[in-house]
Amino acid sequence: MSDSPKFDDVFAPLRKAFPDVKFEQVLDSKQDVAHVPTEDYLPFVAAARTAGFDVFVDLCGVDYLRRAPRFEVVLNLLSHEHRRRLRIRLGVSGTEPVVPSITPVFPGANFYEREAFDLFGIIFEGHPDLTRVVLPDDWEGHPLRKDYSVGSVPVRFKESPKAQ
Amino acid sequence: MSDTPNVVTGDSEAPTTEAPVAPESTASQTADRKRQVHDMWVAGTEEPAWMRSYTNEGAQEMLDADDEHLLGLTGGTVAGDDVADDELQILNMGPQHPSTHGVLRLHLELDGETIRRVKPIIGYLHTGMEKTAETLTYMQGSTNVTRMDYLSPLHMELAFSLAVESLLGVEIPERGQAIRVLLTELNRVSSHLVWAATQGTDLGAVSMMIFGFRDREYILQFFEKVTGLRMNHNFIRPGGVAADLPDGWEEDIEVILDKVPQGVSEYEELFNGNPIFRDRTMGVGVITPEECKAMGVSGPMARASGINWDLRKAFPYSGIDQYEFDVPLGTHGDVWDRYLVRMEEIKQSLGIVKQVLETMPSGDYRTTDRKVTPPPRKRIDESMEALIHHFKLFTSGFKVPAGETYCAVESPRGELGMYIVSDGREKPWRMHARTPSFNHVQALPTMMTDSLVADIVATIASADPVLGDVDR
Repeated sequence: MSDSPKFDDVFAPLRKAFPDVKFEQVLDSKQDVAHVPTEDYLPFVAAARTAGFDVFVDLCGVDYLRRAPRFEVVLNLLSHEHRRRLRIRLGVSGTEPVVPSITPVFPGANFYEREAFDLFGIIFEGHPDLTRVVLPDDWEGHPLRKDYSVGSVPVRFKESPKAQ
Repeated sequence: MSDTPNVVTGDSEAPTTEAPVAPESTASQTADRKRQVHDMWVAGTEEPAWMRSYTNEGAQEMLDADDEHLLGLTGGTVAGDDVADDELQILNMGPQHPSTHGVLRLHLELDGETIRRVKPIIGYLHTGMEKTAETLTYMQGSTNVTRMDYLSPLHMELAFSLAVESLLGVEIPERGQAIRVLLTELNRVSSHLVWAATQGTDLGAVSMMIFGFRDREYILQFFEKVTGLRMNHNFIRPGGVAADLPDGWEEDIEVILDKVPQGVSEYEELFNGNPIFRDRTMGVGVITPEECKAMGVSGPMARASGINWDLRKAFPYSGIDQYEFDVPLGTHGDVWDRYLVRMEEIKQSLGIVKQVLETMPSGDYRTTDRKVTPPPRKRIDESMEALIHHFKLFTSGFKVPAGETYCAVESPRGELGMYIVSDGREKPWRMHARTPSFNHVQALPTMMTDSLVADIVATIASADPVLGDVDR
């Protein structure tokens, strides 16, 4: 990573264009994170793509349960040109988890957004086919939410007294 | 979603106060029932209405063909006006199909022999491993992740361990790093050998199945000797590796370095000049560099399209930058180039293994940080604190500072990333695995549309998806 371009050189245009987006460097400045407000999300992702972060890597949801914006959508982008990653974090309300879909910018987000919808119930507005992807269609609930129990199967051992 | 299928309406199941009346003619009812079942399963008629709510696969229908945005997303073309709707055929390939490499289902829309649209349907192997990870400590975590990509378990463990170590801030001793490189590069070879075996079989070279698995056996036997298991090793753990290499490992590596290249030259003899293989792979399943980037396609698939990107070179991990190796590149992005790239990767990985063999440093194979690694067996007999440490580590695990991290390694299939959110306790708050096969399955429509039905298997095999990796 030593020969990667400096943080300021890469992100200066993005910081200028989006004053509301907070940049930070975590873990001994090795990873770059951008905290994006919802209204800036789609334009920021499009701008990041034109700024060189043109490889779609990953998108996932996180449930922080007791925190103010309950959910978070975490998007990972990669720039071959700058040899840097950019992680975009977007807070999503727990009562109305709706965010714009980035599939117009990155078609690769298609399955990932479906997965986040499937497992967290986050709605991606503008996604052409927002259906469950890994779970059956008639599944109830969104299992990766923190208030969704892990579940268990009761086991009765041979010698134990009969359950009531 | 508003269009969720109706479950059961209350009226039909209305509780009745009357005692249930015994059916008068059970025989005729049984006959009715039998006919219904016969109609459904044998005669191939429409599903009866009572069955439909249970087999509703509404979400898995082909999408609206008129939606241009959607077509741009999934690839594919709409059959021209000269093709009547009833000439299009819907074909379900999989989930139980040997050439889908697991339980992948492809929903194909065919216009004669030409594929118009494809929709991959996944989830048949979903076991909720990301949810399970939240209930396991960081020490147990690698047991879980190793089961995701069952052809390259050591890469999964490595990605998980690197992510946890980046949060902990521990350094791994040189020998531990060298063992990690040795095992993961061998794992790359063994995974590529399975790919070669299946790619050959899918295109009719059935003897490849035997050749590929024969040579993989040398590596699996070495893994068994080192880790105790042929698959799902749980050997690379946060803090280092589980044990030192066994005595005489050098001889085993030398056998591998002798036998596997012989096998690889045999495959090349079988494939390179074979007109059938060349015809069936050249110009088939093409994906462009731009599509690779937008779809998140990585690894040998992206390199076959000419993208010079290897995480081992770009973001070196575990000291892999000390070893010399080349990154093979293709130009056309077709199945043939992927074949060439993977064959060369086998040779390059064996080259790294040879360098590790020559330069294996001495020293500790895991970090000496007692918060992460259990104390040596000897110390437990001598010191009360060591015993307590050992007990605490194996019962409640170690705490990881709060924070979030994303670490990625170059797995045989591509970028394998691990995103971990820690809240400062012994178990991850959230663990997400970014698995390369997920993107590659997603990109299948882009590669397949407008090609012939016969090219499906060649394209799937060249994408080398592992369905455990896709569904998790």
